[in-house]
Amino acid sequence: MKKTVVFGTFVAMGLAAGAGAAAAGTLDDVKTRGKLNCGVATGVPGFASPDANGEWQGFDVAVCRAVAAAVLNDPAAVEFVPTTGKTRFTALASGEIDMLARNTTWTFSRDVDLKFDFVGVNYYDGQGFLIPKEMGVTSARDLNGATVCIQTGTTTELNLADFFRINNIEYEPVPIETNAEAQQQYIAGACDVYTTDASGLAASRATFEDPAAHVVLPEIISKEPLGPLVRHGDNEWGDVVRWTLNALIAAEELGVTSANVADMAAEAGNNPEINRMLGTEGNLGEMLGLDADWAKRAIAVAGNYGEIFEKNIGENTPIGLARGLNAQWTEGGLMYAPPFR
Amino acid sequence: MSGTHAETVRYVRDTMLPEQAPPLSAAGPIAWVRTNLFAGWFNTIMTLLSLAVIFFTLVELVPWLVQSSWTATSLNECRAQIVEMYGEGTTGACWAVIRERYLQLIYGFYPSELYWRPSLAFVLLIFAVAPILFERVPRALLYLTVIYPFLGAWLMWGGTVWLPIGAFMGFVFAYLTIRFVGTRAGAIVAAIAAVVVAIVWWLFLMGPVVQEFEQSIPLALEPVESRAFGGFMLSILIGVTAIAGSLPLGILLALGRQSDLFIVKSLCVGFIEFIRGVPLITLLFVASVLLNVFLPPGTNFDIILRVMIMVTLFAAAYMAEVVRGGLAALPKGQYEAADALGLDYWKAQRLIIMPQALKISIPGIVSTFIGVFKDTTLVSIIGLLDPLGLSNAIRSDTAWNGVVWELYGFIALMFFIFCFSMSRYSMYLERKLQTGHR
Repeated sequence: MKKTVVFGTFVAMGLAAGAGAAAAGTLDDVKTRGKLNCGVATGVPGFASPDANGEWQGFDVAVCRAVAAAVLNDPAAVEFVPTTGKTRFTALASGEIDMLARNTTWTFSRDVDLKFDFVGVNYYDGQGFLIPKEMGVTSARDLNGATVCIQTGTTTELNLADFFRINNIEYEPVPIETNAEAQQQYIAGACDVYTTDASGLAASRATFEDPAAHVVLPEIISKEPLGPLVRHGDNEWGDVVRWTLNALIAAEELGVTSANVADMAAEAGNNPEINRMLGTEGNLGEMLGLDADWAKRAIAVAGNYGEIFEKNIGENTPIGLARGLNAQWTEGGLMYAPPFR
Repeated sequence: MSGTHAETVRYVRDTMLPEQAPPLSAAGPIAWVRTNLFAGWFNTIMTLLSLAVIFFTLVELVPWLVQSSWTATSLNECRAQIVEMYGEGTTGACWAVIRERYLQLIYGFYPSELYWRPSLAFVLLIFAVAPILFERVPRALLYLTVIYPFLGAWLMWGGTVWLPIGAFMGFVFAYLTIRFVGTRAGAIVAAIAAVVVAIVWWLFLMGPVVQEFEQSIPLALEPVESRAFGGFMLSILIGVTAIAGSLPLGILLALGRQSDLFIVKSLCVGFIEFIRGVPLITLLFVASVLLNVFLPPGTNFDIILRVMIMVTLFAAAYMAEVVRGGLAALPKGQYEAADALGLDYWKAQRLIIMPQALKISIPGIVSTFIGVFKDTTLVSIIGLLDPLGLSNAIRSDTAWNGVVWELYGFIALMFFIFCFSMSRYSMYLERKLQTGHR
């Protein structure tokens, strides 16, 4: 009896505090705290990694910094919370972090059942295959009987099984735990094929002594839209993160870059959409609960979406990813920001 | 009598011959090799095989270790440098990654201008544990040992100095209560009173008093958040706390398990069996994930503190069983002798039982310590960047993606230094406490 009472009190306290936090709103919390708690990966090449000075860098990290700049006027006011695949969702649900930018695939159950809101997609990924060139295989359908290195407990494992079943071919899985282990096993010849997200394959291939001796097969066997997410039910905060991401994407489409954003925001130009986005016209910032310069600051941190892409994972980096699906819709990609109106 | 034979013997040596070294075939290196390595055909074959294995390992390993690059700034540059220096087709270690990241592997994300604080804390730690470990160290250092937990925590986390002092005062008040009440009422009453006093102080009085002092005499170090902790600093922090906390806690649990008091016994048995029945990683998940959900949002219950508590409890349960083994090994006569001397329970434990039981358990205790220290690497699974977690983070830098053995080798070497020192110390302790019963 007593135990139940104590437990009940705790739950009630939790609920009361939870309700209080929700009422205050994450946006206000972040503003009062003066820091954005942003969940990132513990280390994914190109997407999130600490440099020698302990500064976080990467494609996902840039989203965190842009949001911090938009809300707090300081791209450095971010507390990066490294999360693993196992802790990321509880960290977000419990309020330890305000947003999660940790190349997380947008799926039905994560959105609906786990009660998160994906605010958009910052990278369209998909599962691919990496093979040694000397295998002489040009299509994944020819991989009958191959041994495949695959990370256990991930969606890639299920996708792989589906793909081979649909095409009615056999494979032998070699279960591995981490990407580093996979690279070693693959190089040592423990498996013929390594499969994971195509961006991860490109990053792995770049580390090999002779990258040219390995190819990524053209087949992409799954859809992995990766994007930042926030807690369900706090729509004001969700809007802030969503439109910060959209501002980065739209900036590329509209030709706003880190170099010219200051000039463009100084006075209204002749493109009304740019004017609205950068706050020289209309009151979009006010609607978000921010000031007029929010998008300008977000873009000024590391440039627009295209610049961030090129700097962290683009073709001039060791990872060397082509834009592909992640090009603007005007160039045949899927990046399509809704209008700023 | 003696005269009888005097003339029958031609020569009698009247001085002792000086001792001669044994022949080379019976002592010295050759004899050692013969008896230890080449005694019989089977041993000879095994020796030759072992030598071959060692030789081929070294042939592979040494060039890799030596033909290395220390100055490159990325893995590809490393490879290029090694090929340039040692010729085409050479592979070597890329120690440059260690050179660039060793500070990060040691201090994690701790602000670099404050590195002196964890370093000082570590040096003080050595001085603080020295009087416990070695008899010849001046006893005055024991005062440092007493205040070290608070001093060390203050150095690591920073903030106002009055908080650790306040926490320390709780123990002082508890001690005074025991001294004061103990002489008037029984020991149990004194113990309960001490706990009550300490808890009342910590929960209700300490906050305002600390605030008061902070305002009148502000004395603070720049605060550092737990998130900045990482690398070996984190491993040592968690490991040392767990080691220091688990031994006293484990002894109490072991005594509790043997107690005649039903409730005490059931609590101890329940605790020990529960913790030992659950993997450490589960407890860590409870600390990082479950508590987050149960505690009201916005509560700032430090993640590293949570992990330290969990690891300490985990180690304590194992320690209790190790100590219980020592207790069980003592002949019953020792207990009876203590009773016959008229010692009360605690005196008997302190003067007769524990010194012997702990001596028997030294190897087990130190094994548990080493195990706990190595188990601290599990925290990488809940997103804390201990050396192993950092090795992953470093590899995610595109410059160093693909570096595996160098990082793991460095981490293994550091862990080996710590664990091997502990093991050697335990052997020293066993020799020192050897009383010749066997």
